[in-house]
Amino acid sequence: MDRQILIIILGTALVTYLPRMLPLVVLSRMGLPEVFLRWLSYVPAAVLAALLAPGLLLPGGKLALTANPFLLAAIPTGIVALKTRSMALTILTGMIAMILFQH
Amino acid sequence: MQPQNEVMRRDVKVWQGVRAALPIVLGYLPLGFAYGVLAREAGFNLWETVLMSVLLYAGSGQFIAVSMFGSGVAAAAIIFTVFLVNLRHLLFSASLVPHLRRFRPAALALLAAEITDETFAVAINHYSDHEAHLPYHFGLNLTAHFSWVLASLLGGLAGNLMGDPARFGFNFALPAMFIILLVMQLKDKQTLVVAALAALFSVVIALLWPGSWNIILATVIAATLGVILEAWTGKF
Repeated sequence: MDRQILIIILGTALVTYLPRMLPLVVLSRMGLPEVFLRWLSYVPAAVLAALLAPGLLLPGGKLALTANPFLLAAIPTGIVALKTRSMALTILTGMIAMILFQH
Repeated sequence: MQPQNEVMRRDVKVWQGVRAALPIVLGYLPLGFAYGVLAREAGFNLWETVLMSVLLYAGSGQFIAVSMFGSGVAAAAIIFTVFLVNLRHLLFSASLVPHLRRFRPAALALLAAEITDETFAVAINHYSDHEAHLPYHFGLNLTAHFSWVLASLLGGLAGNLMGDPARFGFNFALPAMFIILLVMQLKDKQTLVVAALAALFSVVIALLWPGSWNIILATVIAATLGVILEAWTGKF
């Protein structure tokens, strides 16, 4: 087993487990500061947008606003996501759109 | 008589949890399969692919980890990015406290390992009009996790056989998952503004400063601006 990969698996597993476990087990009687909870409530949307945007706008590391299959495929994918809120349908739409647009 | 009743009741609760997991399983099978394919493409072997699904068990985190690894990003940056992405579980875990606090910490420590967006959503919805039961929750969690591991294994097996996954649109599986997760997060105007700011910062920072710090920096700046913006507009 590749050592680098093993470090990544164990490291990511640990940093994922702790936030899943600590509030339920340790903080159950203390609670978190209100301002920290509000900050946390913005993190999911922020991190998802931060991950998504470069993937769509900078394929291959360069800004591409035209003839960009990633940007084109995002349009039907976003519409299906908004209309159905179904993870399976959205991903299927995205993959089919990508097959169509990259040829 | 009493112990037998208890056992039967527990049995019923487990199956209730298993049944509640079925819609999750339908979503996890294609997604886990796509992860398996992408992990093999990024250079993971079959066991590494499956081990990550057993230990990490976080869809978006796994997609990010393997795609960052595939582009040669350092382990520390990958681990920190996955930490930020999965930090939302802190909120899920905290929201389960009122329902589960009466159970033993050891049981909760086990249960917490399988908190995902989907199992949390199903459980918290169930607990809004039912009493919490550990057998129900474990039935739900273990069924969902098992389907995820199985799908990763199948994707990992197929990954080697199918050649370039881009041919089948797998290169858009990750962006598509981010799109649906983001859409589900956009609950109000403030969140929408924060997401737009994060997207903008992420692109600008990525252009100015190659590497993967754009994700972490954009997230921290945008979430902080969100809290400041909230204070300004007097929402609370």
